[in-house]
Amino acid sequence: MTRDPLRIAGQEFASRLILGTGGFPRMETLAEAIAAAEAQMVTVALRRIDAQARHSLADVLHGCGVRILPNTAGCFTARDAILTANLAREAFETDWVKLEVIGDERTLLPDAPELLAAAERLVADGFVVLPYTTDDPVLARRLEDVGCAAVMPLGSPIGSGMGIRNPYNIALIVEAAGVPVILDAGVGTASDAALAMELGCDAVLCASAISRAQDPVAMARAIRAGVEGGRLAYGAGRIPRRLHAEASSPMEGLPEYPQAPPS
Amino acid sequence: MIRLNGTQVEGRDGATVGDLLADLGVESQARGVAVAVDGEIIPRSEWGSHTVPAGASVEAVTAVQGG
Repeated sequence: MTRDPLRIAGQEFASRLILGTGGFPRMETLAEAIAAAEAQMVTVALRRIDAQARHSLADVLHGCGVRILPNTAGCFTARDAILTANLAREAFETDWVKLEVIGDERTLLPDAPELLAAAERLVADGFVVLPYTTDDPVLARRLEDVGCAAVMPLGSPIGSGMGIRNPYNIALIVEAAGVPVILDAGVGTASDAALAMELGCDAVLCASAISRAQDPVAMARAIRAGVEGGRLAYGAGRIPRRLHAEASSPMEGLPEYPQAPPS
Repeated sequence: MIRLNGTQVEGRDGATVGDLLADLGVESQARGVAVAVDGEIIPRSEWGSHTVPAGASVEAVTAVQGG
């Protein structure tokens, strides 16, 4: 296969599938899914240290050799997200952050004004900001304008598995973006990931579809194949959709058959 | 009294950040740990020397599974 790396903020990734680590029932399954997904970057959340925790996630991920992308999940204000990003920078020695500022507990949809404010401040503080955003092309443009290194529009709400509800908006975001577009949230199965890539997204971030599948490792493999297939199809250039059929066999040179006897 | 990850802790006024992390079972070399005292991040290099005054609130965080 031709070399076709994903580039974010000057870093190259052979893999276009970013794995969210949330929802895996066992740490061993997570490690196997990372290998099956061939992911090079995985997200983590930051929470208070639990003295009873048996495994250190940071140690497991270090063993997998993947880049850690900390998120600001659980933050509802720009202020909380900025503090969380700074804690993550200290904990993981990375300037990269998946910025989430949530506006509503039930839908977990982003809070646009808080998100934009946090993004602007974090960029100014030297962070490489990858914001989780709605599928609003104007908000995506504003996030790019304040210096985000990528935009991460949702296909549908986090964990919903509803796929890409508005492919036209995703296409509009891709068309206008000068930074990578990473489809984040809503992927339910491999075809959703393939569609994202066919629409021109540069990568897919996927957690629940893999971690909560009946067989997470098999689904990691399937979604990886979906991402790869979609990317190849995007590059190959699909045929236009048409209302009527267009024969794929020639009409010329048909033999003449005897007429059927009258019945 | 110090507030450590939301719990009031007695008899630790003036302890260092490193001492409080040890209370949580965290070694000074532990991977993926960060600490804020009253909202101010204390770099790892200062864990051994930074003392936490009475009444301070300490948040000690680490990586957990998350999307």
